[in-house]
Amino acid sequence: MRIIGCVIAAIIAIVLIYFLDNQQTLSGSKTPRFGFFLSPQKGFWQNAEPANETFNDNLNFPQLKGATEVFFDERLVPHVYAENENDAWFVQGYLHAKFRLWQMEFQVYAAGGRLSEIMGDSANGTNFLKIDKFFRRLGIVYGAEKALHAMENDPEMKAACDAYTAGVNEYIKTLKENDYPLEYKLLNYKPEPWTNLKTALLTKYMAYDLAGYEEDFERTNVKSFLTKAQYEALFPYVQDSMQPIITNPLPKINSLKFSIPPATTDSLYFNFKTAVAPLNPAIKPDKNNGSNNWAVAGSKTKSGRPILCNDPHLGLNLPSLWYEMQISTPAFNTYGVSLAGAPNILIGFNENIAWGLTNAERDVKDYYEVKFRDSTMQEYWFNDGWRKAELRNEIIKVRNKPSDTEHIAITVWGPVMYDPHYPDKLHTDKYYAVHWQAHEESDDLACILKLVRAKNYDDYIDAISTFSCPGQNFVFADKAGDIAIRQAGKFPALWYRQGDFVMPGFDSTYAWQHYIPDSLEIPMYNPERGFVSSANQSPYDVKTYPYYTPGNFSLYRGWLINRYLSSMQNITTDDMEKLQNNNYNLLAEKAVPLLLSQIVYARLDNKEKQYLSTVASWNLINDAASEGATVFDLWKDSCISRIYGDELHQASLPVPPVEPGTLVKAILKDSVALFADDINTPQKETLKDDVTAAFKSIIPVLEKAKDDNVLAWGKFKDGGITHLLKISAFSRPHLNAGGGKDIINAFKKDHGPSWRMVVELTDDINAYGVYPGGQSGNPGSRYYDNFVDTWAAGKYYRIKLYSKNDIAGKRDNLGRMIFEK
Amino acid sequence: MKFIIVVLLTALLGYAAPLYFTWWSFAVTSFIIALLIHQKALAAFLATFLGLFLLWGVMALIIDNANDHLLSQKIATLLPLGGSSILLIFVTAFTGGLVSGFAGLTGSLARKPVE
Repeated sequence: MRIIGCVIAAIIAIVLIYFLDNQQTLSGSKTPRFGFFLSPQKGFWQNAEPANETFNDNLNFPQLKGATEVFFDERLVPHVYAENENDAWFVQGYLHAKFRLWQMEFQVYAAGGRLSEIMGDSANGTNFLKIDKFFRRLGIVYGAEKALHAMENDPEMKAACDAYTAGVNEYIKTLKENDYPLEYKLLNYKPEPWTNLKTALLTKYMAYDLAGYEEDFERTNVKSFLTKAQYEALFPYVQDSMQPIITNPLPKINSLKFSIPPATTDSLYFNFKTAVAPLNPAIKPDKNNGSNNWAVAGSKTKSGRPILCNDPHLGLNLPSLWYEMQISTPAFNTYGVSLAGAPNILIGFNENIAWGLTNAERDVKDYYEVKFRDSTMQEYWFNDGWRKAELRNEIIKVRNKPSDTEHIAITVWGPVMYDPHYPDKLHTDKYYAVHWQAHEESDDLACILKLVRAKNYDDYIDAISTFSCPGQNFVFADKAGDIAIRQAGKFPALWYRQGDFVMPGFDSTYAWQHYIPDSLEIPMYNPERGFVSSANQSPYDVKTYPYYTPGNFSLYRGWLINRYLSSMQNITTDDMEKLQNNNYNLLAEKAVPLLLSQIVYARLDNKEKQYLSTVASWNLINDAASEGATVFDLWKDSCISRIYGDELHQASLPVPPVEPGTLVKAILKDSVALFADDINTPQKETLKDDVTAAFKSIIPVLEKAKDDNVLAWGKFKDGGITHLLKISAFSRPHLNAGGGKDIINAFKKDHGPSWRMVVELTDDINAYGVYPGGQSGNPGSRYYDNFVDTWAAGKYYRIKLYSKNDIAGKRDNLGRMIFEK
Repeated sequence: MKFIIVVLLTALLGYAAPLYFTWWSFAVTSFIIALLIHQKALAAFLATFLGLFLLWGVMALIIDNANDHLLSQKIATLLPLGGSSILLIFVTAFTGGLVSGFAGLTGSLARKPVE
């Protein structure tokens, strides 16, 4: 009897331990191993950092050449003082890992198409295997391998990357199971060693995010049912009111090489209104990735010195993309934000200059339709002959399931991204290769490592001239009083509309024929108007620029920034902070009067008239409390879909979005007549019918918002900062703040100014910065999200290049770490 | 007296073992303690349960206080326990106690009954 009791107790104990030591499946996703997770000695409790934690340590590593001191200031920003550069990059790697290990590894798992390895093929409604296949087939790993090759052929870059990687790995080696960042414990896996290839993958992830946007399939689709005139009206090369970044006259170049369109374009390429079966790429970088940067000359500032400003607009996540730090070596002394995963200070300043980035938004990714001999994809037709394709196998490991292998044919154009084995439901047994600048060998981090040590305008031009992809607008200012902006990147010299649509891949004449010469990437240097600026608009005046430079350009932010900067004088850093947080809606300034002029008042009931007066009396500012902003935002979208939707949705296939600026221009020039009639109804609709009906159709949405008490713009937009795993308990949702698309303060729902920086180049640099996150990636740390409220309120922190003595004497530091040989 | 000794010993070894071994290694120590220091089945279960319950409960409580309940509130929202730190600490302590208690019960029953 007793023995039976003993056996039963033993079985209960063992089953209990087994249950608690393994992941369980709960409504489609895996739980942590509960026993391990709850153990105060091993699990999540170990990540609950004491609120009064200090960060002191004395560490020795054989890879180091000298001694490095790190002081953590009161915001946990490290100020690193190294005796040589390699030690500095080693320590940066160590610190990135110490504070952001899970995030930096997760990001390169995503880039390298390896999420299924840790997440399983799907979880919580996200199909990770699909995401992995997308990145593999896009050729991110293929591009990263080429970038690695270029990096490792550059001795300076290789040394920096090796030191950085060693720093990350030394930190990983110190970790015991209980030290793992929280997310590893939640998902039940372990960190693996860092490699230089992972650093290369990170750069390719940024290339995807910033130079991966195109609408080739969508445009190919609309080509099948729009006329050429309709297409040009809906998707203009650039908007008429576009103010280019560079307004300099073009240099005289006598022997410019142009790209000649192939003779067959009329039949093979510009074949409007004929049926072409497009595919449906499921994953896209955010169209709204963009940024503002500008610099004003001393002639316009109160101090007489230049002020440089930058706010890159990216997805807003926790842990933040950015890690703030100062790095001081005998060769340079720099402060700014770095990307965890690479040796860098990407945006910042040093003792002499400041620099900032916005995305060039130019289209450097095209598709070619390839005809293979058979489904083995070994040979494809190219210029009147069969050519051999290289086959690349990408093995995707899937957690708890067999691996998946993607067979990818590599053609002269690049990897075959879509084939009958990677289709969507609409596929027609066609093969499409992707040709993308990010696949080319390039050493882009080298540019950043040159910038941190640049002392003047010439150094800056030298640093950015080798930059390749993703193309950026580098803004510059220095203590000598110079300001400048220049676009940097390798861009193909295209013929008009080349690459807008999928191109025939059997004909080499459709290739990118050559690159735009560097001499035509014109810098704007100390212009008379006293400022330079960029906000993702078209780089040059397209009427005079000799090449076709298509892209996903923004119209209103750049226009408004220029309007403000032109009129401002005696500018202070305060004024610049206010400008970065400006919520004025220039699109609304143009569109509201036009829309009001088209509404048929007699058709509105009392409730509708009330909402109309809300938008008519609106001050055109997208503040958090504004109800007019909400009404306008819905009305504008409703107008676009009512006026253009019927034509564009003749096929149930994806179509490119119509920009609001296109609507404004169309109403102004009365060319909207092309589209106003609803082709699905017998009667003839006019613009007035459409605008009025569009307004009436948004009333139920507005009424619901009013009932839910979310009619005010900040609540309606409902912006927030989301944890990378979309865990709401680790996120900061419902930040009631203004801003939005086409607003200088581009804070949308989960996207916006990811780092706001204002740098005045006075002798003792007067700089301010803030990002929506915190220095620690640990949700159990008080430094995880402590900048978020400051950021949402439009406030800044003073940021400073400290001398070692000054920082050592500060009383509110959070710690000091010493790294020695 | 015996009961208190078992409680203390369970907590002490239950702390020491996972420093070197896996999280559930305290189950082995609780089993051995109950095997060596013999009590009636119910007393053995309660003593080894209580030893770990107190150990995990007090550790979690100390960590949570030093952390200003920052992480416990997040985890208690995630699990979901209504965001209650105290409830999470109780669940933590109870989980450890339960494993230890059944290990202890097994140890006690593995020996001849107490006279």
